[in-house]
Amino acid sequence: MSHFDRIVVGAHYGLKDWLAQRITAVVMALYSMFMGAALLSGVHGQDGWRALMSHGFVRFFTFLFIVSLCWHAWIGVRDIWMDYVKPAGIRLALHSLTAIALVGYAGWAIQVIWRL
Amino acid sequence: MPELARKRPKFLNLFAIRLPLAGYASIFHRVSGIGLFLMLPLLIWLLDRSLSTPEAYAQFQAVFDCWLVKLVLLGLLWSFLHHFCMGIRILLLDVHVGIDKLSAHNSAIAVMAVSLLLTAILGAKLLGIY
Repeated sequence: MSHFDRIVVGAHYGLKDWLAQRITAVVMALYSMFMGAALLSGVHGQDGWRALMSHGFVRFFTFLFIVSLCWHAWIGVRDIWMDYVKPAGIRLALHSLTAIALVGYAGWAIQVIWRL
Repeated sequence: MPELARKRPKFLNLFAIRLPLAGYASIFHRVSGIGLFLMLPLLIWLLDRSLSTPEAYAQFQAVFDCWLVKLVLLGLLWSFLHHFCMGIRILLLDVHVGIDKLSAHNSAIAVMAVSLLLTAILGAKLLGIY
């Protein structure tokens, strides 16, 4: 296999991505349990909900969650494209759309919590 | 590099595979992940409406009360819970906990059971049953 045959949309960073998927998963799992506990302890109406989400620590943790979610989704969705989509052109297009969408979602979601 | 050039055995025909239970748990992990990814715009929109002005909150409540949205959210609730439980199973397998055949089978059953049970409990709340 010469360098000419190399698939441009292959996963070049196997271990790094594998590890990032795990670390982001742990961040999201911790955040989910934290938010689950916070919601169970009682949040009343929009004021209570806004107060919870605008708390300094919660906002920091939510930011980490959003970044983790988008990074994690990028690796997972890219893996699915690589399993089922063989033509390099279509795969490149799907990878690009996925990455662009996730960067946009991250910006949107961060703006939602940061303007509070 | 003959190793790289060699054709590796791959079999990904979803309609012809007979999977053990752990295989179904694994496929559901993938399906739930793609579902959550596709519905991210809806979830971020709901978050945005719920945290904005009182008018936006009323809009959030109106959309949240729509039965079709509730149905989608119920599906996403299961997706999240399955992905969460299966994720913990995968992390444990990564550090070689429960890696023998019987334990791995049992933990796959546990993932399915716990995520469905939690979906029933929290889903009933979502649908306003209690």
